[in-house]
Amino acid sequence: MLNRSIAACFAAASLVALPVQASEVEVLHWWTSGGEAKSVASLKSSLQKRGVSWQDFAVAGGGGENAMTVLKSRAVSGNPPTAAQIKGPDIQEWGELGFLASIDDVAKKNNWDGVLPGVVSDVMKYQGKYVAAPVNVHRVNWLWANPEVFRKAGASIPTTWADFMVQAKKIQDAGYIALAHGGQAWQDNTVFEAVVLGVGGAEYYKKAFVELDMKALNSSTTDEVFKVFGELRQFIDANAPGRDWNVATSMVINGEAAMQIMGDWAKGEFAVAGKNAGTDFVCVAAPGTSDGFTFNVDSFAFFQQSDVNKQSAQKAMAEEILGTNFQEVFNLNKGSIPARLGMARAKFDTCAHDSMNAFVSTAQSGGLVPSFAHGMAVPGAVAGAITDVATNYFNSDTSPADGKAQLVAAIQAAM
Amino acid sequence: MGNTSMSVGRYAIYACLVIFAVLYLMPLYVMITTSLKDIEEIRQGNLLALPAAPTLYAWAKAWGSACTGSECEGLAPFFFNSIRIVVPAVLISTLIGALNGYVLAKWRFRGSEFLFAALLFGCFIPFQVILLPMARLLATFGLANTVTGLVLVHVIYGVAFTTLFFRNFYVSVPTELVKAAQLDGANFFQIFRHIFLPISLPIFTVTIIWQFTQIWNDFLFGVVYSGQGTQPITVALNNLVNTSVGGKEYNVDMAAALIAALPTLVVYVLAGKYFVRGLTAGAVKG
Amino acid sequence: MHQTVKKQSVLDLLEAWLPKIIMAPTTLAMIVCMYGFIVWTGALSFTKSRMLPQWDFVGFIQYEKLFANPRWDVAISNLVVFGVLFIAISLLIGLVLAIFLDQKIRGEGAIRTIYLYPMAVSFVVTGTAWKWILNPGLGIEKMVRDFGFTDFEFRWLVDQEMAIYTIVIAAVWQSSGFVMAMFLAGLRSVDDSLIKAAQIDGASAWQSYWHVILPILRPVFFSAIVILSHIAIKSFDLVQALTGGGPGYASDLPANFMYTFAFNRAQMGIGAASAMVMLFGVLAILVPYLYSELRGSNRG
Repeated sequence: MLNRSIAACFAAASLVALPVQASEVEVLHWWTSGGEAKSVASLKSSLQKRGVSWQDFAVAGGGGENAMTVLKSRAVSGNPPTAAQIKGPDIQEWGELGFLASIDDVAKKNNWDGVLPGVVSDVMKYQGKYVAAPVNVHRVNWLWANPEVFRKAGASIPTTWADFMVQAKKIQDAGYIALAHGGQAWQDNTVFEAVVLGVGGAEYYKKAFVELDMKALNSSTTDEVFKVFGELRQFIDANAPGRDWNVATSMVINGEAAMQIMGDWAKGEFAVAGKNAGTDFVCVAAPGTSDGFTFNVDSFAFFQQSDVNKQSAQKAMAEEILGTNFQEVFNLNKGSIPARLGMARAKFDTCAHDSMNAFVSTAQSGGLVPSFAHGMAVPGAVAGAITDVATNYFNSDTSPADGKAQLVAAIQAAM
Repeated sequence: MGNTSMSVGRYAIYACLVIFAVLYLMPLYVMITTSLKDIEEIRQGNLLALPAAPTLYAWAKAWGSACTGSECEGLAPFFFNSIRIVVPAVLISTLIGALNGYVLAKWRFRGSEFLFAALLFGCFIPFQVILLPMARLLATFGLANTVTGLVLVHVIYGVAFTTLFFRNFYVSVPTELVKAAQLDGANFFQIFRHIFLPISLPIFTVTIIWQFTQIWNDFLFGVVYSGQGTQPITVALNNLVNTSVGGKEYNVDMAAALIAALPTLVVYVLAGKYFVRGLTAGAVKG
Repeated sequence: MHQTVKKQSVLDLLEAWLPKIIMAPTTLAMIVCMYGFIVWTGALSFTKSRMLPQWDFVGFIQYEKLFANPRWDVAISNLVVFGVLFIAISLLIGLVLAIFLDQKIRGEGAIRTIYLYPMAVSFVVTGTAWKWILNPGLGIEKMVRDFGFTDFEFRWLVDQEMAIYTIVIAAVWQSSGFVMAMFLAGLRSVDDSLIKAAQIDGASAWQSYWHVILPILRPVFFSAIVILSHIAIKSFDLVQALTGGGPGYASDLPANFMYTFAFNRAQMGIGAASAMVMLFGVLAILVPYLYSELRGSNRG
């Protein structure tokens, strides 16, 4: 009798904790603002229509740094969320630690191998089984330009890094800031990545910054990369350190500066300011990278659950993420393109169309490479080491030779 | 002669105090004026200028409709969460600190001084280090991601300072008083209640203010150990101001920061006088 | 004393043990959650842990990697610069403001509150305000230049060499008011007759402060230094909010280094090693001081 009432008590307590008896997902993510928050909300509502309730677990800050801290402590206490925003090689690391759940049956049922490009699906699999679902594809190697400033300065939009130096000089002489930049480590690294791809080409990029081949890293190409990267220092304004990227973008919008190198999320800033692609601003591939594409894919990884309800909720969520509806809504909001191939293009803008075309063509040509500046190419330790070297180099007057030596040493130490 | 130099000196003192006050107020000024501007004015205008057309839009949004995740209900729901964490954590850590301080000041035993020193040294451990082992420990007791667990963590790492405050305060109470009371047959708790508690108001004020500030402003423990729907306001504030896409609304950020700081600001303004008095009472006696 | 009532002696025994019983929970928590976790971290620093703790011991490799990392050198020397300046300047400003405020100042309450309020505000966003104020293109430099001093320069925030000093400025702003309150309290509890006596002896006001009152304030210095060094070592969100460690990683502090390596870069071993180095470095400096002060107060 007593036992039963205790049991009833517990049942009541668990009812309070889980208001919906049906399945639920608890999702750790760091999309807390503007368009991203709206996109997450749309995923949430489509899941709710399927009877899956959504427990939001948002932790912003530091590009997911805080969220990862929380995720690790949850994992250590044996209580990981149902799904978490994890990307790139980190998915493999979590897989190796034995935390991730296979959602292969969902993937098979919905033909993920067919609708996802190989480079993306590889990242989503651990030991050949899907453990994560991709949300989008960002192209990082974009150059955003204000044509008005170019016209006034009598400059043309550069297509190689050598040309960039010439045009940037003209722009500077005309009294404008040539390159709008925010001096934060990840932004320095984003520019560095564009230089690596533009100067070294996709082959070198893959050898040196994905496979971490020491011969490639020690080659003279690396010297050239650091030389070009160092020359860019003169084209940014002295107040750049610490500036948020969107402030740098608004410098291009306002006509204070001519160009910015930034991923496709910068588009949102132009859109908010009411500017149109093609006329008010121009999006082209970063110098020397028109046949390249550095991709950055956001994804949700799924953690093992003992509760059957939660397992099925997990699968429902995976299915929704790859659904055409969510892929479209989310990517329209975020400025990226769908991870899923062959979607209707009508609602996307011209920059997105360029991105989609380049995505398909570079996948065939071999110019499609993972972004190391955004945690897609190498494990966190190495990515961090590269970031440290790049940002320190860019903010000091280190010589190209020293920069190369530091890079090689840092990568070796982190491997 | 003496008189003029005195007044020149006093002018200098006043000038110095006012200059410092202005410097101290500068960030607050920037925050308040920014929170009252609209976003266009912030984009274009001078940061230090007064708002051209003050608006409470940012305050309303920060309180009620800014996004902190997939929910867009502002800081309001989290305000109460913080209170549910802060009130028990402050009270418990203060009470334990009072008893500890009483023991360490007047009921010393072999090793009690060492214990006190060890307590002071121990809290030099950077809090980032304890995140994972503590998570494990809390899980062992079934307290992972519960309000109780979070309160416990705050109590454990707050007790060192509360003990320090109370010990330094109680040391100044003449030991003869305790001895006399003992001879009269008063026991440990009676002495605490009738001799120590009545004079403790100032130090309770200090300790409560200190703990309230620390725990209210805590982010790290709050984000790691809070559970579903019990996240404190600092976590919501962090989510609100950290945007990975653009469209940063600085006015809303500033208003949110001020809202999150309001309780501590009010405490400082209202209780500031008692704060100094409390410190005074225990200040110069080691 | 008497064995007349047995019950009483049990109570006596309990009473004798009571202080220890009361200290027991704190002691237990301290042993487990402070020293236990320090030992845990120490052990972790000898493993090859990456993403999560893994107990494969590898000796001193993580320490070797740590000391070979140029960013760690920067973080450590920053901590020295930051710690010394932050504590010294906070003490100085706190003391001077307290002495001035103690001169029967009109409006003391308001001024005191102004000095104290920064302690109440979280740095998550105050950092943004400071960032603007210190930014050459937006804040002080621009303001002074707009007044007509067009050559005025104040660009520490964007200068690799000077960025750490902006962290000092913001940290002093946040904590010096609290130090002021502590000193003010100390001054208020000094017997007025002592000051008068010093003055009657012919000492000037400043001399009486220097020779008579400062020595009495020694315990306040002690408490203030303990609290300030805690703040200095744990300074983390300050850097995060103000400079993000930049330009480059020029204004990184050990706490930021550790957090980044342990949680963001899957190099938990190095993170643990850095925590241990930091902890022991700090204790090597502070233990002698704390020890001598505590002994002193014991005698007194």
